[in-house]
Amino acid sequence: MKRKLEISELIFKIISYTLLIIFALCCLYPFLYAISSAISGEHAVEYGEIVLLPDFKSLQFEAFGDMFSNNDFWNSYSNTLFLTLYGTLWSMLTAILGAYALSKKRLLFRKSFNFFLVFTMWFSAGIVPQYLNYIATSSVFEAIGITDDKWLVVIAMGMAAMNIILLRNAFEGVPSEIEEAAIVDGATEMQVLTKVYIPMSKSTIATVALLFAISRWNGYFWARQMIDNPNEYPLQVFLRNQVENFQDGEFTQGWNRVYAPDSAIYALVVCSIIPILIIYPFIQKYFAKGVNVGGVKE
Amino acid sequence: MMKAKAADFILYDQATGTYRIDPEQAVRDDVEKHHWLHVGRTVLKDWRLYLMLVPMLLVFLLWRYLPMYELLGCFKVGDPARVVPVNDQAFAGFSNFKLLLTGGNDMRMSYEFWQAMRNTFLLSFYGLCFGFPMPIILALFFNEVRSNAARSVLQVLTYIPKFMSTVVMTSLIIMLVKEGSTTGTGNELGGVISQLMVKLGMISRDTASTGLLREPAFFRTIYQVSGIWESAGYDSIVFFSAIIAISPTSYEAAQIDGANKWAQMRYVVLPSILSTVVIMLITRIGHLLMVGYEKVLLLYDVDNTLTTADVVSTFAYRNGGMGGGGESNPGLASAAEMMNNVVGMLLVIGANTIARKATNTSLY
Repeated sequence: MKRKLEISELIFKIISYTLLIIFALCCLYPFLYAISSAISGEHAVEYGEIVLLPDFKSLQFEAFGDMFSNNDFWNSYSNTLFLTLYGTLWSMLTAILGAYALSKKRLLFRKSFNFFLVFTMWFSAGIVPQYLNYIATSSVFEAIGITDDKWLVVIAMGMAAMNIILLRNAFEGVPSEIEEAAIVDGATEMQVLTKVYIPMSKSTIATVALLFAISRWNGYFWARQMIDNPNEYPLQVFLRNQVENFQDGEFTQGWNRVYAPDSAIYALVVCSIIPILIIYPFIQKYFAKGVNVGGVKE
Repeated sequence: MMKAKAADFILYDQATGTYRIDPEQAVRDDVEKHHWLHVGRTVLKDWRLYLMLVPMLLVFLLWRYLPMYELLGCFKVGDPARVVPVNDQAFAGFSNFKLLLTGGNDMRMSYEFWQAMRNTFLLSFYGLCFGFPMPIILALFFNEVRSNAARSVLQVLTYIPKFMSTVVMTSLIIMLVKEGSTTGTGNELGGVISQLMVKLGMISRDTASTGLLREPAFFRTIYQVSGIWESAGYDSIVFFSAIIAISPTSYEAAQIDGANKWAQMRYVVLPSILSTVVIMLITRIGHLLMVGYEKVLLLYDVDNTLTTADVVSTFAYRNGGMGGGGESNPGLASAAEMMNNVVGMLLVIGANTIARKATNTSLY
């Protein structure tokens, strides 16, 4: 009996390890392949000789070099930084203030306000009405003197009811005794929020800020729709446009460089994910936490 | 206003053994009795709290609820030549819906709409069949890795794709299954995944050199496989934390009773994570009609793969005057989205009701 038990366990362990390692490698493979292709020579890439490792005989870094000397690339990079920074700040400001008010039991019409948020998770107007609405807002923005489409993207997009509910749940978990003590000591509403609630729900705030920041960094669709000026395109739009040029064959006409057109695309892909990969090890624990506090509410 | 039960506002004070009325309930009762005047006074007294709500409510009102007003364009006929605010359009009753559902004088439109409806449903249904079990299986496997360091490394690696943007992901897919070179210089099988599949005998050389994304038959597979690649690792977190919450004594008891690995799975692990699985499954069913349009839009090929790839959102995108080119009919596009989203909302509400009844847990 004892022996049989060990065998079934051993078999399952071997299967688990093998499949997990294979899956983890699959998750990593496209990125490794992209790096290898970005630094291999033209011939190796064109003839599909790259499988995993770069072709060491024809290593080149001109694909990266040319991209770094491309002004449009740096432009789009700084636009993305702008959208990520201001977008996250704006989203966090509105979300923290709103979630704090919603977490208070003494708030009148609390149920209605909650429903007002949650309903947007059930029913969305769809992309065409949203688009028409954004066009209407952008003309209002222009009328009051904000002609820069970037600010429209910052203010109007990227708000998520789910994140506010995450924050609200965290604020509700703060013991009310501490708040009462602060009020007895003469703290104002704002001080209660900044000195008691925010420090006591630091990890949820970090999680939500990261969720906002990642979605801003990765945002493509609405930035593509609403930003007219090519100089204001964020990185994702720039990358997509390059891929489209590549598909149309515009890219490859009169190509004479030491690297293949593919390498240029791969180099761009690598550069657009590097910032996320750099901060990823530090932030991944917050994400694992964030998913568990989730929206599930007893 | 909701009537409160007596137990809600009578508090029992243990120290003195007396009952007293909850002060907050007193405020609520007061407000209810004198209504708007008192509501106004309570709000004024506490104006800081209500001021904090304003930015959030404004954002939601302007950019989540106003579009719903714009959605009423589905009952109107717009000017195909330019974008017109919904107020200035001519009222058209249900003609847009009729056109989409039954065809009328434009059978092609109706055909495309039903095709998009079917694709929307099928893409999420296959996602449910293939994408849903994967994170659970992964979580069971992660549970087998005893070394914490090794497990963390494996987990962190499998989460990475989740944080890549849709553009990066679709660009990689496009490159990995791109068409072969036709000029004779270069590889005629195309991207590295196509090459691998030809070697394994899964696709013919011709298919590979046309490019997998140009073949309607492959779109759903590409969509599902990349979906699993993207989110299976991240989605396994919630199941994994349900599994590690199982007390080790349960396993020991099962082992003493002579349960082998499969019996332990069947009688210890599965019952313990069942409620999590049920909740996630119900949520998934509720979101059956909410397909991410961004990924479809970036992957599909308007000339070749509409038959399997077009979903309602992308149908609306093409016919609603977005993305430039072609004639635009926002009313028709809105009508398509209206139908999709109303059915979608009913699914979510139904799923939430079932979840509340079945597990006593509300999702929102």
